Amino acid sequence: MNMLNSGDFADPVLLAYEARLAELERRLREMEAERQPRRVLDKASVVGFAERYALIGAWIVLIAIFGIISPTYFLSWISFTSMFSSNAVLVMLTLGLLVPLTAGDFDLSIASTLVLSSMTLAILNVVYQWPAPAAIAVAIACGVLVGAVNAFLVVYFRIHSLIVTLGTGTFLQGIVLWISASETISGVSPTLINLVIVTRLFGISLSFYYALALCVAMWLFLEYTTPGRRLLFVGRGRDVARLSGIRVDRVRALALLTSSVIAAVAGIMYSGMTGSADPLSGLQLLLPAFAGAFLGATSIVPGRFNPFGSMIGVYVLTTGILGLTILGIPSFVQNLFYGGGLVLAVVLSQLVRRRQPQSFS
Amino acid sequence: MGPEVTSRQIGAGATAPALLLRNLSKTFGGAHALKSVDLTVGGGEVHGLLGQNGSGKSTLIKILSGYHEPEPGARIEVFGRAMPATRGPGEFRRFGLAFVHQHLGLVPSLSVLENLRIGEFATETRWAINWRRERQRALHTFEKFELDIDPDAIVADLPQVTRALLAIVRAMDDIEHNQDEHGGQGLLVLDEPTPFLPRVGVEQLFALVRRVVKRGASVIFVTHDVDEVMEITDCATVLRDGAVAGTLVTRDAHRDEFVERIVGSRVVPFHMPQRDVESRPADIVVEGLSGGTLRDVSIKLHHGEVLGLTGLIGTGFDEVLALLFGARPAAAGTLTIGAQAYAVDGMTPAAAIRAGVAYLPADRLGESGIGGLSVTDNGTLTILDEFVRGGLLNRSAMAARTRAMGEAYEVRPNVPSLTLDSLSGGNQQKVLLYKWLQKKPVLLLLDEPTQGVDVGARQKLLMAIGEAAKAGTSVVVASTDYEQLEQICDRVLIFARGEIISELHVAEITKDRIAEQCYRSMTLTGQSARRYNHLQ
Repeated sequence: MNMLNSGDFADPVLLAYEARLAELERRLREMEAERQPRRVLDKASVVGFAERYALIGAWIVLIAIFGIISPTYFLSWISFTSMFSSNAVLVMLTLGLLVPLTAGDFDLSIASTLVLSSMTLAILNVVYQWPAPAAIAVAIACGVLVGAVNAFLVVYFRIHSLIVTLGTGTFLQGIVLWISASETISGVSPTLINLVIVTRLFGISLSFYYALALCVAMWLFLEYTTPGRRLLFVGRGRDVARLSGIRVDRVRALALLTSSVIAAVAGIMYSGMTGSADPLSGLQLLLPAFAGAFLGATSIVPGRFNPFGSMIGVYVLTTGILGLTILGIPSFVQNLFYGGGLVLAVVLSQLVRRRQPQSFS
Repeated sequence: MGPEVTSRQIGAGATAPALLLRNLSKTFGGAHALKSVDLTVGGGEVHGLLGQNGSGKSTLIKILSGYHEPEPGARIEVFGRAMPATRGPGEFRRFGLAFVHQHLGLVPSLSVLENLRIGEFATETRWAINWRRERQRALHTFEKFELDIDPDAIVADLPQVTRALLAIVRAMDDIEHNQDEHGGQGLLVLDEPTPFLPRVGVEQLFALVRRVVKRGASVIFVTHDVDEVMEITDCATVLRDGAVAGTLVTRDAHRDEFVERIVGSRVVPFHMPQRDVESRPADIVVEGLSGGTLRDVSIKLHHGEVLGLTGLIGTGFDEVLALLFGARPAAAGTLTIGAQAYAVDGMTPAAAIRAGVAYLPADRLGESGIGGLSVTDNGTLTILDEFVRGGLLNRSAMAARTRAMGEAYEVRPNVPSLTLDSLSGGNQQKVLLYKWLQKKPVLLLLDEPTQGVDVGARQKLLMAIGEAAKAGTSVVVASTDYEQLEQICDRVLIFARGEIISELHVAEITKDRIAEQCYRSMTLTGQSARRYNHLQ
């Protein structure tokens, strides 16, 4: 029953009610006219600013703490450049993950796709002596195939992306162990290694700049293109998106395809960084990627998965780990940090979203 | 006058009446939802509760269930026991009350047996469940009410009717389960259980109600449908504007006496200028539309016409919009816009938009807009292409457009970067309406466009709709707000049981005429007419 359905009340009551409403509205507008400009400038903008840049603040605090404890090792340019370079693959993987996350879908197969791509490249390039460009093309094709399978299962059969990608991810791990006979394959094309890690600009490997370029491109895509807007609407309200004329299924399928292809590219970079492919180490990147994406959603554009936030999120996490490693704390701390970081990030992002339930259906 | 009764006549038996309400009032923000209502339901009686939307039926039921608290001074007695105004959830059970609401409260994916026992599982601290014994008990219960339901069937697989029967049996089981505590025979409240049932289903449901009464329980039957009241009730109370407009003994009353009391008569406050749109070309034609409740509906729409669709809830009038837009799948039908014909059964929202159709659903933050995104994002979604410069979106142009639209539609506060859910309902609706009007649609479909909207916003919205029509957009408004239909419509179609059963033209469109047609509608369909004659 609709109480504002004024026609259902007797006339004197209705008239009194309407008069009251009109009076209230008039007074509200007066108050609004008085207060609106000041309030927007003062409180809201300060809180907003704090929210947007809190993560960067936390990063600086983290660096300061480690810097005070161990200034000689930690505050050297070398440790920073190596951190920026070596985690570029993780940044790239995280940026790819943003796309399905924004569309409201999970992709748990990204790390396996990365390993598959890296292993395919190494086997073709090292064992079969294919030229690097051909091997790279096949590795990317693997990403396309994985994405297409994920998208088909999620969209056509209407299975939750979490389940589908959990399954395909594990399946891919099996394939990787099979084709590699569970062994590390080294000796990948030196040109690739040069292009990824050896060549440096301002002391930082090119890998970092690739990730940065992808970050800028992703930011432009999400904020300044119509497909980016559609992606956001699909993630926030499937029905609203559909009834606004967006082809929701197509958007979701393309999002899953994108994350797989970017994961495949990250896999190529991974091979270029280590000069080899091993069937397991890349799998460790799954949780940090999620932690980075969720931590990033608390920053820059609070409440929304965003590329710069994610990039900062990844580096906050890796700074923490670098610092703890320099302090000589054993390696299990990685798991503590990434796992704890993910949960903390999700809690923070919920607080930013005023505890509205997140729907990843 | 008709066979008006006083409460003394009804509850005059030796025992206390099943329900006695005295001086029940309720106000919401200064508006009276209920005004000093008296109601008496005798033991073993089926008592109808009739009234339009907003007449106070739901409020009364919600006070009974303890969801709302009445204003001080009210007296509620159930089987002679005074029931306190403030009660915890579910406490009504201790007084022998049980409710079956329209949505039935069943879990579709669980079995009949699990649904039957859901209340006990939720409240009892027992650990182990003896399924064999529970099944026996369930079969025994079904037998008691002469029903043949498989306890192991999944509720989702059952027909709608069986689900309604199951919900009623569960409520009765609940009453009898707590018999020790209340000692009475129980009072079952059926809150509009019939709108979505086919005729055969209604008959089955009535048969069950009669069996329930035979066991000594009383029933309050809430409905819009006068024919159903004529058929099943002993007495009926009509609410209008929150007050009792009369209690009648059904056997002695004529249906028109009910209709009169439901509708009443009121003064018309405001009207849009009358226009002659019917001489204009009918450039939009819907033919043979079926799907959901609708059966073979055909509609002609003139250039720039505002057409109202209405009827009682469950008659299917509101489904027309979703089917035409492809929001829900249609079974058959064609939509012709100008020279172009579209098959409605293959329609998708994207295709409908390309054809120049726009649709504003009633569910504002569920289907129309996204509360957590900004006003700019919501308001520009349908026209994003206009803002692309060199492959990228011009965000400042989007904000500027939003601010300009906000100015024109008096959106307050007019700050494009605010999230949609930080605006009031009326202001949200303005944003969501101009989201579509900016596309200058050929056909604009509006579902309850002013629901839950304050008076000022309502006027602004109706004016905007009127202006769009003047500019040549044909508008279809589905609404149960008769006053609104009177204010803006050039023509109103009235639905019953999935068909159009009458049509009101310009001069005839008044709130009262629409209401009267809606409540009379039941007898005008073939089946209902037979039912009616049968009863005479």
